Amino acid sequence: MLTVPVEIQLLFAASLFILGLIGVLVRRNIIFMLMSIEIMFNSAGLVFIIAGSHWVQADGQVMFIFILTVAAAEVSVGLAIILQMYHHYKTVDVDELKKLMDKPE
Amino acid sequence: MNIIFYIAAAVALISTIMAITGRNAIHALLFLIMSLLAISVIFYILGAPFIAALEVIVYAGAIMVLFIFVIMMLNVGLEKEIEKNWLRPRMWILPSILALILMADFIYVVTINNMEEYSSQIIQPKQVGISLFTTYLIGVEISAMLLLAGIVGAYHLGRQKKKVLHRFL
Repeated sequence: MLTVPVEIQLLFAASLFILGLIGVLVRRNIIFMLMSIEIMFNSAGLVFIIAGSHWVQADGQVMFIFILTVAAAEVSVGLAIILQMYHHYKTVDVDELKKLMDKPE
Repeated sequence: MNIIFYIAAAVALISTIMAITGRNAIHALLFLIMSLLAISVIFYILGAPFIAALEVIVYAGAIMVLFIFVIMMLNVGLEKEIEKNWLRPRMWILPSILALILMADFIYVVTINNMEEYSSQIIQPKQVGISLFTTYLIGVEISAMLLLAGIVGAYHLGRQKKKVLHRFL
């Protein structure tokens, strides 16, 4: 019998989410930012699975399938945007995209 | 059984840290795949075998291949240097060790004779399917629309602008 307390499992999911958040905030390479967003999606799905196994209900797994769908749609559109960005600016660094920024005085 | 959970969780955390701190995108992707596989093992011992399979097939299979295609198309790194680094052991030794640990985990879990005794209560795929297509039918339809929008958006954004305009085309 798996007797890991559910708090530990949720803590693990939370630490994965925090790692993904750190990745989005720290990295400037847009491919790494997209990968970190995937990590966050995955940890959110992990929370659903943990809850579903805690209450022995199938709803958690259903929610994970929806999260999977959203992640697939998001990553396909995001990668297309990355391709366009590289095509226009010849870089994958998000700090280079500053056409909307005010001119620094 | 608890030790399996802790090992898989440790592998997932280590490989996620390596993924977000990596310098080379392909190597970071390798670590990310390791993290997904570790989470898949956790799903299995949490009593969700269907979701574990789906995680490997859709996440580690399809989505990561999309990433690899885009990285290859962008050709961001210096190819010469990457090719030189391919054969250097320190590039692939850590993912291999993590993968071996996970594989030992998984073999141990699968070869246990009475799984029900060890794992938490297993939720069968049949229950998931019944719940998906009765209670959550509207969600399935909405996600179908979302996927359609994703296809159209990706096609529209990914299309290259025509450089040469021919008279008849």
